[in-house]
Amino acid sequence: MAKTIVPIGPYHPLQEEPEFFTLTVEGETVIDIDVKVGYNHRGIEKLSESKTFDQATFLVERICGICSTSHPYAHTRAVEDVISVEVPERAKFIRTIIAEGERIHSHLLWLGLAGHFLGYNTVYMWAWKLREEILDVMEILSGNRNNYAMFKPGGVRRDIKAEDIPVCLKKIDSIVPTLIMLKKAVIDDPVLHARTKGVGILSKEDAINYSALGPTSRASGVARDLRKDCPYGAYDKMQWDMIVTKNGDVFDKAVVRILETFESIKIVKYCLQNLPGGDIDLNLKSIPAGEGIGHIEAPRGETFHYVKTDGTNRPVRHKVRAPTFMNLPTYKATVVGQTISDATIILAAIDPCYCCTERMAVRNTKGKMLYNGEDLVRLSQEKTEKIRRKLGKKA
Amino acid sequence: MTKTSIIKDLCERFSSDIIDVFDKSSKRVYMEIKPESIVKVAKYIFKDLGARFNIASGLDARDHMEILYHFTFEEINLIISLRVKLEKSKKLEIDSLANTFEAANWIEREIHELLGINFKGHPDLRKLLLPDEWPEGVYPLRRDYKEWDKKAIRDRGV
Repeated sequence: MAKTIVPIGPYHPLQEEPEFFTLTVEGETVIDIDVKVGYNHRGIEKLSESKTFDQATFLVERICGICSTSHPYAHTRAVEDVISVEVPERAKFIRTIIAEGERIHSHLLWLGLAGHFLGYNTVYMWAWKLREEILDVMEILSGNRNNYAMFKPGGVRRDIKAEDIPVCLKKIDSIVPTLIMLKKAVIDDPVLHARTKGVGILSKEDAINYSALGPTSRASGVARDLRKDCPYGAYDKMQWDMIVTKNGDVFDKAVVRILETFESIKIVKYCLQNLPGGDIDLNLKSIPAGEGIGHIEAPRGETFHYVKTDGTNRPVRHKVRAPTFMNLPTYKATVVGQTISDATIILAAIDPCYCCTERMAVRNTKGKMLYNGEDLVRLSQEKTEKIRRKLGKKA
Repeated sequence: MTKTSIIKDLCERFSSDIIDVFDKSSKRVYMEIKPESIVKVAKYIFKDLGARFNIASGLDARDHMEILYHFTFEEINLIISLRVKLEKSKKLEIDSLANTFEAANWIEREIHELLGINFKGHPDLRKLLLPDEWPEGVYPLRRDYKEWDKKAIRDRGV
């Protein structure tokens, strides 16, 4: 049979990120795949060499809009590792709350998009509606829905106010019943079973060979989770389960993420209820010459930062490795041999990183709100109506 | 398996390959080895000891090039970083690990284009991140890197 090359990208029709897949297909079966990345290469490692450690924390926060806390977390841990210090207990708890809140919203975002890719838009609508509640919690705690800017080498930049905690707990509790419903809707759905079970299997051997990370490897039966294995933050203070499944297909990857969301809710609630007192910052003055490695479990897997210092306030070398760098090459093992219609969801199943933050409110310079979201919707509808009338007259 | 037993095992097994061991803290060990021994030491750590390959990081250290290969032992919360130093006076090349485990494939392509280190035996050393029109022999992470594109708009920093 004749071979056909199907290009997907660089403007990917589904994932809002530039990447270019070349699928070689024979009939409907994918026999070879290649990817070109680098359209968004911003030279952040080079740029970081000209920034101080405090500035670099904000810089790496901009690497990703969805897992925006994982990079500052890994970077601050790398800088702290140079001098082998531990941050105060309260800072550890606050860091854990922010990191887990991010995991909840990131997993919900993926679940929604996965539903959307499969044409199951009900899941998309529900998951993103629940995600809004979590983003509200993050806004209460940090002032931002994404890019929280909570981290600094030696601690955190903002404290959590006692009066905010009950509000956040209430909001988090409010999503649990709907999330349970959504879990049942996905895990028990016969159509989703037919569509995703046995599709794009990543075997345990391949997961180890490619050093796949996070939910991508845990779905293949590799029981590795830095939060359990290399405890940091407050993860060793409470009881929670590592979610591991054994099939490695798209369905199992979804199951791992959904069940992890519940564990994250457990962790966030424990941390908010048992927040210890004390300082939130070590007030590090200077970083001596040395080397440090910081790694944390981001929503998509391990984020790894390496910092080499020379006693000044800037790094000599700052290496950043995001989890998708290790997860994306697994496409070679998962896509070849599958049909072209499954390729999209298999490629999306590793949860490649994309950003989507959209919101607007108009305020005047004194901070008084002129329009809120509802006003903007009303204005938009009025404008549409105006255009419609205008066009109607012309016609 | 403990940290001491792993270091002792590696030091005995590869006594002629290891140049220096720096025991930084309870969770971090840096081990300098000879460049020509990288494949056998990395293979033993990855395949026999069952460590996970985190990543490699290259560095231009004025008089030599340095590559660090980071491995995590999840069971005992330990990262071993293998350090190799490549003399700038000689040809900058080292054996590829991509044939030993797939995880090293992309990072070797990245180090190849950003630092100009050749990985002998790598199956596919095409560009990974840099654009196709990037000139040959210009390596952005080297210390002597100069702006080559006069038309480019760059953030000059403040």
